[in-house]
Amino acid sequence: MKLHEYQAKEILAKYGIPVPPGKVAFTPEEAREIAREVGKTVVIKAQVHVGGRGKAGGVKLAKTPAEAEEVAKKILGMNIKGLTVKKVLVAEAADIAKEYYAGLILDRSSQRVVMMVSREGGVDIEEVARENPEAIVKYPIDPHKGLRPFEARQIVIDAGLEGNLNKLADVLVKLYKAYVGVDAFLAEINPLVVTKDGEIVAVDAKIDLDDNALFRHPDLAKLREVEAEHPLELEAQNYGFAYVKLDGNIGILGNGAGLVMYTLDLVNRVGGKPANFLDIGGGAKADVVYNALKLLSKDPDVKGIFINIFGGITRADEVAKGVIKALEEGIVKVPIVMRVAGTAEEEAKKLLEGKPVYMYPTSIEAAKAIVAMVEGKK
Amino acid sequence: MILIDRNTRVLVQGITGREGSFHTRQMLDYGTKVVAGVTPGKGGQEVHGVPVYNSVKEALKEHEIDASIIFVPAFAAADAALEAAHAGIPLVVLITEGIPTLDMVQAVKEIKDLGIRLIGGNCPGLISAEESKIGIMPGHVFKRGKVGIISRSGTLTYEAAAALSDAGLGTTTTVGIGGDPIIGTTFKDLLPLFNEDPETEAVVVIGEIGGSDEEEAAAWIKEHMKKPVVAFISGRSAPKGKRMGHAGAIIMGDVGTPESKVKAFQEAGVPIAETIDEIVELVKKELG
Repeated sequence: MKLHEYQAKEILAKYGIPVPPGKVAFTPEEAREIAREVGKTVVIKAQVHVGGRGKAGGVKLAKTPAEAEEVAKKILGMNIKGLTVKKVLVAEAADIAKEYYAGLILDRSSQRVVMMVSREGGVDIEEVARENPEAIVKYPIDPHKGLRPFEARQIVIDAGLEGNLNKLADVLVKLYKAYVGVDAFLAEINPLVVTKDGEIVAVDAKIDLDDNALFRHPDLAKLREVEAEHPLELEAQNYGFAYVKLDGNIGILGNGAGLVMYTLDLVNRVGGKPANFLDIGGGAKADVVYNALKLLSKDPDVKGIFINIFGGITRADEVAKGVIKALEEGIVKVPIVMRVAGTAEEEAKKLLEGKPVYMYPTSIEAAKAIVAMVEGKK
Repeated sequence: MILIDRNTRVLVQGITGREGSFHTRQMLDYGTKVVAGVTPGKGGQEVHGVPVYNSVKEALKEHEIDASIIFVPAFAAADAALEAAHAGIPLVVLITEGIPTLDMVQAVKEIKDLGIRLIGGNCPGLISAEESKIGIMPGHVFKRGKVGIISRSGTLTYEAAAALSDAGLGTTTTVGIGGDPIIGTTFKDLLPLFNEDPETEAVVVIGEIGGSDEEEAAAWIKEHMKKPVVAFISGRSAPKGKRMGHAGAIIMGDVGTPESKVKAFQEAGVPIAETIDEIVELVKKELG
């Protein structure tokens, strides 16, 4: 789950990392009031879950409270890459001397959380990694010992950061504590600024949380934003499905993430475009399949459905019963192509005999059939 | 076959829960030697005739145990794996899905430091065909034969095993290593075991997008593997930055792309199957 910049900064502040004074505003009037409280030049930043806010005009300076109101009026309601800006962060503009990067990521190869620090901050770190990889110091952290101050100081020295060594190291130690404290997947400060007065401030921050650990952070789980995700993805979540909305027109339903991914690949290979990824999971009963079809039928993009089942713990006849219920209730109005194999395959085929479902013996034949039907219907 | 056979004595942690109890029945029916179960606070009960203990140590006082399978809910699953490892059970199979990632970062390191082999989490377990099943896969699709399987996916593994069995090739041991970003055992940890196993004549590696385990496996194969390997990669059409069901199936920046995995296997001389059926054809071809 992604957090907004202002939410990430609230977490960093809680862990003792200095952030520029400021607050979030929902209206131009609020922006004016916050700018007045700050009493200095402020920066007004759109709070949306997409990159490239600055280039899109979503980040602007304002010297006076009146100007802050005017700028906020322009940014609020702005459309950035398909998302409407509903709030802005109004914060003191830092007096920048140096811009650095500090981030923590989960590194799958070393199976550790890795601290990455670079002199080249304020730019896209992936670009630095591509063009100037030696400018990034990477330090895998022992999960049982954490990041100790002596290690953090050495990272600062190795990265060649200039400024108060102890204060810079302290930010790294606290960033790791925050990462572990909120169960993050990613936490980064970019830029980490050294001001002309020698102060150290986290001017921009990004935190992604581990969805698997949200149960132990109910306060953070509440921050999930309904409008930030596709409505069908939210509904799928309520049903407990793994669902991803894609931009094609063939609804895909299967059991097991690997099988569903494979089904998407096959549809793509024969020239079709999947409308979604939908995994009903292991051991699904008829009502789960019924709910999954109900969900797919709410997607206006879906012009045909491909159900791919390999019965293991999941019984193919249960799947068939769910499909039949959805058909009888008239929920599905587009053609259904099915391929079932494995546990209770014969029972499933018998149940589906004479039903308006196109059955194919292999995944690839079924994929070709659904693509032909959907394309033919254009 | 590798890791387990008909003599492997198995403990089930979380045996009194819905999943634990169901799969204990399934494993017993397959022929797996399930000797004991653990659910803290429920010691003294029985599940399908299997005695339940309050702790792994307590179970070990009464039984000799070679492997443990864990069905404990996500919030307590890493702790259960640590309990088994600290009690000295050499093989720990963690089935649970949705375990907090940092719990796994800690547990995987600690368990490795203890010299214990952890498989999973978020995995279907492992099966030596017609010998023993320590997992949740449908046993009947695995016919005894000559192909080893290592996979990040569940259902696709069953498909591949069924196809290999139908073609008369059959399987030796199949290991589902799990779909999470941090797992106890990866492809390259298991390839050496299959390489030395006299029964295994070829290995099928079923990978997917995300991470670089497939690339590391390819590098190992290139240097050391004496037997033919066939690879399959799912999620090749997945968009970047989207998590495809498995927590680990996500392309981040340039890491985890199917192109990189395909290239690594090609460089290692490993043929890549485009469909499940093609896995069988390629294995047949490799075995001549």
